Amino acid sequence: MAAQRQDLELVNVTKRYGTALAVDAISHHFKSASYTCLLGPSGCGKSSTLRIIAGHETVTSGSVLLAARDISNLPPARRGTAMMFQNYALFPHLSVIDNVAFSLKMKGVDAKERRAQAGEMLSLVDMTALADRLPDQLSGGQQQRVALARALITRPQVLLLDEPLSALDPFLRIRMRTELRRLQRELGISFVHVTHGQDEALALADEIVVMNNARIEQAGPAREVFNAPRTAFVARFMGGHNVIALPGGHFAIRSDEVRVSAPDTGLMAGQVVAVEYQGNHVSVTARIAGDQEVIALMPDQHFFNEPKIPGDTIGLTWEQSNLHELTA
Amino acid sequence: MERLLKNKALSGWLMVSPLAAILMFFLVLPIVMIVIVSFWRATEFSIIPDFDLENYQYLFGSAVTYKVFFNTFKYAAITWALTLGIGFTVAYFLAFHIRSQTWQIALFLLCTIPFWTSNIIRMISWIPFLGRNGIANSALISWGVIDEPLEWLLFSDFAVILAFVHLYTLFMVVPIFNTMMRIDKSLVEAARDAGASGAQILWNVIIPLTKPGIMIGTIFVVTLVMGDFITVRFMSGSQSANVGRLISNDIALLAYPSASATAVVLLATVLIVIATLLRFVDIRKEL
Repeated sequence: MAAQRQDLELVNVTKRYGTALAVDAISHHFKSASYTCLLGPSGCGKSSTLRIIAGHETVTSGSVLLAARDISNLPPARRGTAMMFQNYALFPHLSVIDNVAFSLKMKGVDAKERRAQAGEMLSLVDMTALADRLPDQLSGGQQQRVALARALITRPQVLLLDEPLSALDPFLRIRMRTELRRLQRELGISFVHVTHGQDEALALADEIVVMNNARIEQAGPAREVFNAPRTAFVARFMGGHNVIALPGGHFAIRSDEVRVSAPDTGLMAGQVVAVEYQGNHVSVTARIAGDQEVIALMPDQHFFNEPKIPGDTIGLTWEQSNLHELTA
Repeated sequence: MERLLKNKALSGWLMVSPLAAILMFFLVLPIVMIVIVSFWRATEFSIIPDFDLENYQYLFGSAVTYKVFFNTFKYAAITWALTLGIGFTVAYFLAFHIRSQTWQIALFLLCTIPFWTSNIIRMISWIPFLGRNGIANSALISWGVIDEPLEWLLFSDFAVILAFVHLYTLFMVVPIFNTMMRIDKSLVEAARDAGASGAQILWNVIIPLTKPGIMIGTIFVVTLVMGDFITVRFMSGSQSANVGRLISNDIALLAYPSASATAVVLLATVLIVIATLLRFVDIRKEL
């Protein structure tokens, strides 16, 4: 019950800009001490939702609750949240340590004390050595660590991250996401992370909230959202799925659950239209009845034992239990 | 010939030469001339080429010089403070309170409208307003605020500074606005996220980041005010003097060597002021 009281909850949160609906009556319960990713294409309302939680946008209607108190109308700093901005928004005229100590300075903490606390935060993100540099003199990854330290020094219950990895190169992105996850575990607070990359969300999140058109499309543990998409949008956006129309309705099935067999032996016959070598796997695209395309991911061993070329007729099989019915 | 064209150094020199020639002819040469003439001697009816320090000795030996220089600094300092206050406020309003870019541009153009007429006309238009029987005095009398006309409205230091502020505030607004427009708005949000109040954001984020613009505006206003003579003459009714008037009086008396010496000292003073200002703020990023 004690943990329950730290939870963040959105109740019918709606945001309108004039007539445009940015967030449409979203309700969601973020568990405490969890890593949640808000995932969706650009313009789906995920960033607006984050900014509403942070207090940088007001709600048109609905409320935001944190630790069982309504924070919808509180200023950002009194909500118990802290935000890490997409471009980090470090103060260019302040050194690393003064950036981190900024919120303490605003509170009137004296210089010695705030430098000591900021120093502690910098050691948490491994930036002690560069404390006296200016933000311009840091790499993207280093700037991000400073931004993290600056957000964490306010001791937030919830850390809000707006596309924190999008400005980094792919290699660094993977390293930083491990680090984010480690920090979240160590600090034991909730992270809410906005991203448009499903691989990022899968790698990081305890819970994924997939958004589309200002609404929540599906929310649940990462594995559940990936494995059992409820809508065609989620199946397509998460990737790795085939969305096919069968007599019983629309279904999603993971590409690696589709097996290729000899002609006339599978559940369905198909004609190979494309073959792509992907390293661990070979992706075989086949056209089935109704002019639909199905992708089967074959382990490369299996494929090269019986290679296929475009034009070949193959059989396709899957376990019925792996077929997920889609609602839309 | 082909090798000559490929010579990078040569083409570089060729490219800078037109501007260099213009600056040489219209800036460096006249200044050199002024410096040379400042060492000449003059009598009531002739000017004699010479190398004589008499002009400078007279200038530095006269109490009037110090008084006039002090007056010039006083005008510059007061005008600077007022234009900075007004200019910063206007620029802040335009950059941070006006959300739509169309309105920003429209209001900015509005600020420039006074510049469609000449300095002199804008200055002189104050005279009927501030005069003894002018609009300001008659309005104040008819409202019952005062019983008899205020004497200090026109032909006073007040009038001089009013005209300076009116003429030069835009030179403060433009560079400050320009710098402010480059401040990332998410910095303001980040400051608010860290618990800063409006005043704290202004003091800890916006003012430090606007310093280069403030500095450029300061250089404009200080050099314009220190070099001015016509505003002081018109608005003070020839009752106050600044260095510019000292020079123009000398010229009127055909005392060119003396005028040149004063000009050299003024130029040196202004350069020292600017050099000092530039020690404090790095404006290179703004250029």
